[in-house]
Amino acid sequence: MDFDPVFLSRLQFAFVISFHIIFPAFTIGLGAWLATIEGARLVTGNELYRRVFDFWLKIFALSFGMGVVTGVVMAFQFGTNWGVLVEKTGSIQGPLLGYESFTAFMLEASFFGVMLLGRNRVSPRFFFFACCMVSLGTMFSSFWILANNSWMQVPVGHTIVDGKIIPADWWAIVTGPVMMVRWPHMLLAAFLTTGMCVAATGAWYTLRNIHRAEARVMLHWGLGFVAVVIPIQLFFGHLTGLYVLKHQPAKFAAIEARWKNEQPASEVLIAIPDSKAEKNLFAISIPKLGSMIASGNWTSAEVGLESFPREDRPPVVIPFFGFRLMVGMGLIMLAVSWFGNFLRFRGRLETTRWFLWGTFLAFPTGFIAILTGWYTAEVGRQPWVVYGLLRTKDAVTPSLTTGDVLISLSGYVLVYAVFISFGTYYIYKLLREGPTGPAVPIPGATPNRPMAFADDAASATGTNLAGKA
Amino acid sequence: MEATNLAVFWAGVIALSIIMYVILDGFDLGVGILFGFTRDSTNRVQMLNTIAPFWDGNETWLVIIGASLFAAFPAVYAVFLGAFYIPVLLMLFGLIFRGIAFEFRQRSERTRWLWDWGFFTGSTVVAFVQGAAIGAMMRGIPVAGGHFAGHTFDWVHPFPLLTGVGLALGYALLGAGWIVSKSEGELRDWAYARIPRLTIAVFVALALAFAVAITFDAGAIAQSNLRARGWGLAFPAIGVAALIGVIVSARARRDSMPFLFTTLFFVAAYLTLGVMFWPYMVPYSVTVANAAAPDASLRFFFFGGVIVLPMILIYTVGVYRVFRGKRHHGYS
Repeated sequence: MDFDPVFLSRLQFAFVISFHIIFPAFTIGLGAWLATIEGARLVTGNELYRRVFDFWLKIFALSFGMGVVTGVVMAFQFGTNWGVLVEKTGSIQGPLLGYESFTAFMLEASFFGVMLLGRNRVSPRFFFFACCMVSLGTMFSSFWILANNSWMQVPVGHTIVDGKIIPADWWAIVTGPVMMVRWPHMLLAAFLTTGMCVAATGAWYTLRNIHRAEARVMLHWGLGFVAVVIPIQLFFGHLTGLYVLKHQPAKFAAIEARWKNEQPASEVLIAIPDSKAEKNLFAISIPKLGSMIASGNWTSAEVGLESFPREDRPPVVIPFFGFRLMVGMGLIMLAVSWFGNFLRFRGRLETTRWFLWGTFLAFPTGFIAILTGWYTAEVGRQPWVVYGLLRTKDAVTPSLTTGDVLISLSGYVLVYAVFISFGTYYIYKLLREGPTGPAVPIPGATPNRPMAFADDAASATGTNLAGKA
Repeated sequence: MEATNLAVFWAGVIALSIIMYVILDGFDLGVGILFGFTRDSTNRVQMLNTIAPFWDGNETWLVIIGASLFAAFPAVYAVFLGAFYIPVLLMLFGLIFRGIAFEFRQRSERTRWLWDWGFFTGSTVVAFVQGAAIGAMMRGIPVAGGHFAGHTFDWVHPFPLLTGVGLALGYALLGAGWIVSKSEGELRDWAYARIPRLTIAVFVALALAFAVAITFDAGAIAQSNLRARGWGLAFPAIGVAALIGVIVSARARRDSMPFLFTTLFFVAAYLTLGVMFWPYMVPYSVTVANAAAPDASLRFFFFGGVIVLPMILIYTVGVYRVFRGKRHHGYS
């Protein structure tokens, strides 16, 4: 692991994308949650849902704004550090990522404004329609990101002309064999992330004995939703595993920390993989289960990393632990949501304080699962940036020096430390305050300036004084 | 090699987006620069109010430029961002800082000085590095094997540094014109007083840059096409006339005119660059034709362009209409 431009550029990309993805993922889930709760209000006419809606709308606006700012950085990241990747695959990745930006802008320029500012200017039905369209828009935005990344994982529909990888069949590229598994997997992950946050917020208010009516809505809907969706997500996770096994066997072996070919293969539950000695330390494994998981029978042969040339093997430690953390988070969600619903039907949900604490503390499970899942997918794809076509070490901008990337990486760390801490601080303030009233934007706020809605956070805590006379 | 119609379409989209960006974000960056030159807190709040509904949307055009370049001209996208690694980095940091400073300054009493400093510095840095990048482009960007073949700090050179200062002054002039057209009373007087000085400063920066261009940078600038296209000299002439118009209209205190004349000046300067560069996208090595992605990509992305860009344009016009005139005093 040398501190060369390639390694530092990878580190930098991992850093800026990790801080970016948590916001759009949260936003996708919040968009769907807002549409759902607004639909519930429309059907039942219950004003309680309106208060819950107005509260989460502020969080949505702020998180959308943070996603836009960190997204602008992403729009330049490919060109600054991955020049060869752009030059070789830009005619495929450029339009896919371009569509993502355009989708986001279309959203800002249309229904997003209705959702943020139009509550009293349009009919309730149209308002609900706008909420649905915003939710669809956020999902559609993620569609392009996943189409692009799925193509990098399993490239299809291209030809190679003069060393450049150019599109031959856009339909195949956009709806590739793994896209239709990975996109739902990501969408469900975003929904679950938000579901856990909603439930955790409800638990927090219940513990503090404030906003009890709203908290009940959040607890019931959050836990109910997660309980239903988590099994579906586990199923899509399984399908995702099967695509890895079929298209990227080396990644699969790395996730399983399977160094040698085995028949029947055992399943390593937990271990400390030793990459130098190519074996696992302190391994706890179950015989034959590895074959069952991969191939559905107890006797099949499964390939280990030894089957791949050394230069084609991915690192093991990050995919191995990343995958286990992700699955672990999923199991926590399963336990919390199912047990929570059990308590609910026994009528003890709001009085079982230890469980409310557990639910509250489980708020980051979705975020952790998304990050570790992506680390598994991306690190497991190494040493390729476009699987089988272009190696990561060959994709970096040739003119970059180690010093350049050291400057930029430390700059990003500093700037993001300030930006993210203030952003999350204001989201935290809004969450702590809870549903106190409708979102009142300051005059001059427009849909493409969603962070202006964070003003409520300040006025609610009395720090909003001068400069506004 | 001839550029295909689709390539010309996308080059046109990008060219229009650039001038939209320069004018629109230019005035709000300019207000940010001027922000650092007054200590009066009422003036400061009113200055922010003149750009509050617009500034974030103005930056949309920057992302449209980036996304369209990546999609339609990946080779140019890669060369530019490689060549301007540090300026792009500084621009992004500047944009982030002025953005958060704008949103967070009125939420914090104790740290307001920090946000005010961030807003001014962020705006100034963004303007300066954009100008420096333009200057470096005029000197030509070395390309080998489809990639930037120079050094990280090639843009640190007298000519780009002058164009950097020049663009910061130009944006400040746009900002002053914008403030005049959007405010009344004391702040308007303050901005009016700055217009003649800024105009002269812009003119001096241009004259100095011109002097450098025909003396010790003559070799690099001579690669441009301006000499072969004598008619192109009409544009710098229009630019100078527009600067005179700025001063005259400011003296006559016609509130909307200084901004419009400054816009005319920017359009003239932009067209001058167009005459110098065309058909190069990366001067003077990569043309529109040989930078374009295959038609299959341009066609696929075309639908995005014809649906989304008009929507954004309509939306932009809508926002400016809703917040037109001087009636909106923002936070009041």
